[in-house]
Amino acid sequence: MKEGSGEEQNVAPSVYSHVSRPGSHRYKSAKKGLPFNVMLVGESGLGRTTFLNTLCERVVIPPHEAANCEQAHIAEPMQFKHYTVDMEEDGMKIVLNIIDTPGFGDGIDNENCFTRIQEYIEVQYDNVLAEENRIKRNTKFTDTRIHALLYFITPTGHSLRELDVELMRRLGSRINIIPVIGRSDSLTPRELVLFKQRVMNDITANGIPIFNFPNSDDEEDEESVEENAELRAMLPFAVVGCEEVINEEGRPVRVRSYPWGVVQVDNDEHSDFDRLRYVLLNSHIADLRDRTHNGLYELYRTEKLSGTNVIAGSAAATNAAHVAPAAATAGSPTVQPSMLPQSHPVAA
Amino acid sequence: MSAPANDSQDYVGFDTITQQMERKFLKRGFNFNVILVGESGMGKSTLVNSIFSSHLVDSQGRRTAQEVIRKTTEISPVTQTLEENGVRVRLTIIDTPGFGDQCNNEGCWVPVIKYIKDQHAAYLERELKPQRDRVINDTRVHACLYFLNPGSRGLRPLDVEVLKRLTEVTNVIPVIAKSDSMTVEERTVFKRRIKEELVFHRIAVYPYPSEEDGEEDRLLNSSIRDLVPFAVVGSEEIIDVNGTPVRGRRHGWGVINIFDEAHSDFVHLRNFMLRTHLSDLIEVTSQRHYEQFRTSQLRQIKELRAQQAAAAASGGIMGSMPQQAPPQVPAIHQSMA
Repeated sequence: MKEGSGEEQNVAPSVYSHVSRPGSHRYKSAKKGLPFNVMLVGESGLGRTTFLNTLCERVVIPPHEAANCEQAHIAEPMQFKHYTVDMEEDGMKIVLNIIDTPGFGDGIDNENCFTRIQEYIEVQYDNVLAEENRIKRNTKFTDTRIHALLYFITPTGHSLRELDVELMRRLGSRINIIPVIGRSDSLTPRELVLFKQRVMNDITANGIPIFNFPNSDDEEDEESVEENAELRAMLPFAVVGCEEVINEEGRPVRVRSYPWGVVQVDNDEHSDFDRLRYVLLNSHIADLRDRTHNGLYELYRTEKLSGTNVIAGSAAATNAAHVAPAAATAGSPTVQPSMLPQSHPVAA
Repeated sequence: MSAPANDSQDYVGFDTITQQMERKFLKRGFNFNVILVGESGMGKSTLVNSIFSSHLVDSQGRRTAQEVIRKTTEISPVTQTLEENGVRVRLTIIDTPGFGDQCNNEGCWVPVIKYIKDQHAAYLERELKPQRDRVINDTRVHACLYFLNPGSRGLRPLDVEVLKRLTEVTNVIPVIAKSDSMTVEERTVFKRRIKEELVFHRIAVYPYPSEEDGEEDRLLNSSIRDLVPFAVVGSEEIIDVNGTPVRGRRHGWGVINIFDEAHSDFVHLRNFMLRTHLSDLIEVTSQRHYEQFRTSQLRQIKELRAQQAAAAASGGIMGSMPQQAPPQVPAIHQSMA
C-alpha cells in the first residue's frame, strides 16, 4: 500500500515545536508504528487534499495537475487512492494509511458512489474474517480495516444535502464517520455556529450514526468524559487547510492570505484543525481503532456469519463478486469465495 | 418641458425623441426577469438581494431537519415593483430550489429550460393573436445568473450539460457567489480555467461579441468578458467598521466589504447588469433568443400544417382542416421539449 511513501523532504518545519499538549497515554507504543487507516470522502474542492497535506506537514498528495479541457469535464468514476505517511506524534510512531476518494459526488449521477465505498470497507472486513478462519495464519497479515472516515461537508449554511445524508446513513454503521466542514473559512463565526447546529440537528433527527465521541462502557475518569462532551459540541469540525507558511515573529505560521485578512490554520479561533488533528493522531486514535476492531467489525462479522442483514442495500451478497478491488491493496490476501464460511446469499 | 438646444429656425428638434421616449418609458415602466440557477447554498438569494439592495427573495434552502429534501427542481418566481427616480421596474426573480441538490441530478435542468421556453412560447402566442394587446407583458427571462462552485477545478460535468442548454435559450452570466473562500491567486487560476473550458465547449455566455458595437462598446464588453466568471460576495448585512457602515461580512480575521474591488467583483457585476447592459440584456433576449425560438416554432407549425394538408389530400383521413386560429404554440412546444 506504499504509494507516495513518507520519504519526501519535510519542507515546512514542524509548527508544533512550540506547542505543548498534554500527552495522552491511552495507547501502547508499537516499535514499527501503529497502523492507522483513514478514508477521506467529499466532493472535489472541499479541501481533502489540502487537509491531508496540512495534517502531515508535507505534500503527500501533489496538487492536481489540470488535465486539458477535453478530459476535464468528463466525470471520472470515483477512485480509491492510497498514500502512506510515517508520522510521529508525542513520541509515538504512527503509520498513517490514507485512502482518498477523488471523484466522489462529482458526476451528474452519484448514486453508485455509496455502494462502492461500502463494498470497499466491507472487503477489508472480509479479509480479516478470512484470515481469522485460516488454519495456518499469516503472522505478517496487514490489517487494512479503516478506522475512521472523514466526511467533508460543503459549507452551505443550510442543513444537510441528500448526498450527505445518504452517505452517512449508509456507511455510519460500518465505519466511524467524523463529519468535517471543508473550506470553513467561507463562513463567518456566527454562520459557523448556526451551521454546526443545523447539521447536528439533522444528524440527530434522522438517526444518522456518526462517531460522536461516545464514552466507553468502562469509562474511568471524569476528565475524558468531559473531553468527549467538549469534542461532541465541536462537531462537525471546521477545517481550513493551507499550504502557505509565513514567518510571524520568527515562528513559521500556516496561513491562507486574503485581501481582507489572514486565516491561521492553527489558531483555534479560526479553525478546528488542530483539535481534529489531536483527536485523530493522539487522544482518540485508540478509541477509533478499538471501536472498529471490536465494535463495527464484530457487528459485520455477526451479520455475515448468521446470514442476517441489518443494513438495507448491503453488498454482503455481492461481496464475492467484487473481490477485485481488494487485490489492488498489495500485501493483503485475496479473499476467495471458497474460503468464506458458507453464508447464505442474503436478499438485499 | 425641455428647451430646444438651438433657437435658430434651422433647428428641427427631432433630437428630442430621446426625451419623448423617456417620458413614455417613465409612464409605462418595464419588466426585468432574472433566473437564478445553482445548487442550494451557493449564495443565490443573498447575491440577488445585494444587487438590488432590497430583500427580494427568501433563501429556499433546507434549514431545519424537519424539512424534506427536495426530489426535483422547483421553479419559484417572485415579482416585485421597484422604483428609482420615477422609473418603475417590475422585477421578477425566478429561483430554482432543488436544482443540482440530489445524488442523481440527471435531468435536473429540464424544469428550468422548460420554464424559459414557456415564457418565449407565451409571448409568441400573444404576438400571434389577431387582436394583440398594445403592450405584451414580457415574462421572458432576460438574464440567467449561473452559480459556479468555488473550489471546483473548473466546470463540472453538470455545469457543462446545463450551460450548453441554458445558453441556447437565454443570456447566461456565470458567477462565483461565495468567492470569499478563494484566495486572489486561486480566483485568477479558476477564472482562466473556466474561460478556457467555455471556449472549448463552445458555450457562449453573455455579453456576445457583435459587429455593431462601436469601439467603446467593444472595449467595455471585452473588459467584462475578462472578468467572467464574476467572483462576488453578497451580503444583506451592514456592519460597523470604525464608525463607517459597510455592507459586508465579518470574519474572525478581517472584514469583507462587498463594494471593495480588491475583495470582490460585486461592483462590476452590478454595474454591468444594471447600469450599462440592462437595456441590452432585454433587447438581446428579444432579438436573439426569442427570435431563434420563434423561427423554429413557426417552422414547425408550417411543417405540421403541410403534413396535415398532405394527409388530408391523400388518403382522406377525416380531411381535418388545418387550424386557422392562432396555432397552439404551447402544445407544439411541449412535444419538442
